[in-house]
Amino acid sequence: MTPGGAPSWSFGPSDSQRIEEILSNLLYESNARCALLVDRTGQLVTTVGEQPNFDSAAFASLTAADFSANDQLASLIGEEEFSSLFHQGRTESMYLADIGKRLILVVLFNQQTTLGLVRIKIKDAVIGLNKAFEDVFGRAEDEEGPALERGFVDEAEDEIDRLFRE
Amino acid sequence: MSMINYASREINCKIVYYGPGLGGKTTNLEYIYQKVTPDTRGKLISLATETERTLFFDFLPVDLGTIRGFKTRFHLYTVPGQVYYNASRKLILKGVDGVVFVADSQVERLDANIEAMHNLYENLAEYGYDLRQIPFVIQYNKRDLPNVSPVEELNQHLNPDRVPSYEGVATTGVGVFDTLKAVAKLVIKSLG
Repeated sequence: MTPGGAPSWSFGPSDSQRIEEILSNLLYESNARCALLVDRTGQLVTTVGEQPNFDSAAFASLTAADFSANDQLASLIGEEEFSSLFHQGRTESMYLADIGKRLILVVLFNQQTTLGLVRIKIKDAVIGLNKAFEDVFGRAEDEEGPALERGFVDEAEDEIDRLFRE
Repeated sequence: MSMINYASREINCKIVYYGPGLGGKTTNLEYIYQKVTPDTRGKLISLATETERTLFFDFLPVDLGTIRGFKTRFHLYTVPGQVYYNASRKLILKGVDGVVFVADSQVERLDANIEAMHNLYENLAEYGYDLRQIPFVIQYNKRDLPNVSPVEELNQHLNPDRVPSYEGVATTGVGVFDTLKAVAKLVIKSLG
């Protein structure tokens, strides 16, 4: 963690398994197509279900921006937050929910299910995910994640020189 | 906030290009987009007004490849330069790992540069970040124009801590990769 800078966080295979189980269960019960977890800085954490056929990095950055802009709108009208957002399309729709102010759960679904069912099942998943991430972030504040392998910095610097040139 | 995902073995780092309006932040990203190998970069997303002024941000992911088992990526963002859009500027700084300040070297833009630099410190402070603790470089852009301030003068006003600075002409690519390489290496060092 950089003192005075933005804190890093990390999670390992056991966290990942626990989170993916919650998301798989959500998809099974709601009949939605795909669930993505995005952090508030715009980075994709994980995807479960049908693999998206769009640019997921762009999707994650726009999701975070969407949620952040709506947070500001909420505060302008005197609300503390909008804890969930719903975007309806002709065939595809998405439902977004806040996870502990640090992550955003995005569920993509179509006419195979209904908004009501998705909304109910997301509520349960949000509770489970909040608990799982409390553990992840609680640990991140107590201890550093496993160190990166020696030589990572040198190798990354060589790669930067190779990639960023005319 | 670099995210290290040990499960999928990925590291993502966020670099934000900051600075006054019409200083060349978007032009930096456009040049990078054009010049890096297509299979190493994603789409360049621009949320801009009809007159091509950045409204919310530009976004370009660049893939460094797999380093010691970790897929390593830089997410490059610009912010809107106009003060009017400060709310969006602040949002983009959330979780930033490295900052590039793109200054407009023209004499008449000095005040705008100073104002944007103060605004950068203030917006970071609201998240509890201190710019002196974050990987940070400056690009003095538009060096090809006739009415530019000397670099020494710009350093006096904008760079009291003497962080690495580069002269640039973003429209032709001069200094664009030097700036990016410098900040990317500082960010990587902060992980190691």
